[in-house]
Amino acid sequence: MPVQFPAVSRWLHWTMAAMVLTMLGIGAAMVVSLGDYHALVSIHRPLGIAILILVVVRFVNRRLNPPPPFPATMSSLERRVATASELVMYGLMALLPLVGWGMLSAARYPVVLYGSLHLPFILPHSPRLYALLRQAHTILAYVFFATFMAHLSAILFHTLIVRDGMLKRMAPWSIRPSQKAS
Amino acid sequence: MRPPGPGCNDKNPTFPAWVETFPRMGASQECMNADQPLTTAGAVTRLAVIGLVLAVAAGGFAYLGGWLTPRALTPGSFADAFQRANGVHAGFRRNHAKGVGVSGFFESNVNGARFSKAVVFRPGRVPVLGRFSLGGGQPYAADSAATVRGLGLQFTLPDGETWRTAMINLPVFPFRTPEAFYEQLVASTPDPRTGKPDPAAMKAFLDRHPETARVMSVLKTEPVPSGFDNTTFYGLNAFRFIDASGRSTPVRWLLIPEQPFAAAGNDAASQDKNRLFDALIAQIERQPLRWHLVLVIGQPGDPTHDATIAWPAGRERVDVGTVTLDRVEAEDISAATDINFDPLVLPAGIGTSDDPLLSARSAVYSRSFTRREGEAKQPSALTSADVRREK
Repeated sequence: MPVQFPAVSRWLHWTMAAMVLTMLGIGAAMVVSLGDYHALVSIHRPLGIAILILVVVRFVNRRLNPPPPFPATMSSLERRVATASELVMYGLMALLPLVGWGMLSAARYPVVLYGSLHLPFILPHSPRLYALLRQAHTILAYVFFATFMAHLSAILFHTLIVRDGMLKRMAPWSIRPSQKAS
Repeated sequence: MRPPGPGCNDKNPTFPAWVETFPRMGASQECMNADQPLTTAGAVTRLAVIGLVLAVAAGGFAYLGGWLTPRALTPGSFADAFQRANGVHAGFRRNHAKGVGVSGFFESNVNGARFSKAVVFRPGRVPVLGRFSLGGGQPYAADSAATVRGLGLQFTLPDGETWRTAMINLPVFPFRTPEAFYEQLVASTPDPRTGKPDPAAMKAFLDRHPETARVMSVLKTEPVPSGFDNTTFYGLNAFRFIDASGRSTPVRWLLIPEQPFAAAGNDAASQDKNRLFDALIAQIERQPLRWHLVLVIGQPGDPTHDATIAWPAGRERVDVGTVTLDRVEAEDISAATDINFDPLVLPAGIGTSDDPLLSARSAVYSRSFTRREGEAKQPSALTSADVRREK
């Protein structure tokens, strides 16, 4: 039986997975939407900030609750790639909201979360900075989607082809520790 | 027979597992669930499932991003239509391209607090930044009395909230939906062969949209004022005001000038291509210009989703304060130049309505803003030197 991630880590993983996929979907949809644009943007901003807060929690949690060892079915190269992709996703979960917040600040769009609750500007009013960060926001989102697809592919391959129970390491439910065979 | 697989405790196998273990997948019983190696058919089925999951994920993303519906009307295709109609003028707004920045303040008389908890309606003054403009995407077009006049305003509230509105001088808007606006934009785009819009296309558009024909005939009877200073500006769409107890009221607003009405002169009588803006600059220099912000209070049943329909005459009107504009600046130095007067930048206490134009305006203004902010700025028709000269 594979060793599971701690419960807190699994909770953070699936909560943030849902949030991030929602964000990628909303982001893709809102830039081509007329009628739903306002509603989508109104969700996109606070959800992004929520991810920014949770990724800090998650980073601290990773220090407190290190991931279990990789299964033996992973080569050392695969392990390095997996760790690197995890770090890339952690980085993007922090960077994308920061770039979003920064670009709204540079454009002097109020960073409204809900009602009168809003965040301060973190950059000066600058068209160039806005244009640059707006573009970076899109590019980073595509990188995130590509990384997510690679992550999903690897998990599916391990779970369905290698059959090493990779998905169970992160299963939302606890796996009963099985009796040691032999 | 199976060759021995890596043990579960072997933390560092020397081969890439996915390459080397394929023929003996599921080999290692200590750490794998599967007891049996995969048959070829089983492996193919499982790979097909993987392919399907990935295709659904990628396809879903592509669907949401509009790649599967390339003909759908989007903020980008809207901005493209403005560019086809007007040409690309780098650094300028795709519509209402010609303008000057202004600033001043709003002084609330507290009447607005009856309908909205927005901080802007509490007693006191808030700073206002604005921009007067003429409709159309040509930044150097000659001023004409018949051109739509615009006024964008930004109220900076003491609690850090922002209220923006983009108003025009039409009491009702000629288009009910973003699609209708787009169709009209396409119909009025000059034909490259003749250099003029095709009259048949415009007629076909009006036949399809009787509401536009109706509004245009109403607008023809409206007297045109002589300048920006004595123009009444309308908030265009209905909004919802929310008061401190959570009660929601449909509201439209307008800015009524204190400057007395005078009828517009003949465009041909002036040689000055910028005569409306030049007059505005001179007027603000002489004395601050004032408008009253007036709310029109809707009744249940008044349409909030259709900007082509005026509410019945006799709806309660409430004067909620005065906008004073006492400073004018050319676009090369005005902070308003790099502000998007997105009509859905609203403070708590003012909410959007079910008017489909509002979200579309927000989306298209934002796209126009993103495009122009990434472009090299060209000097505006009115530069700081022009502003100084008119003063």
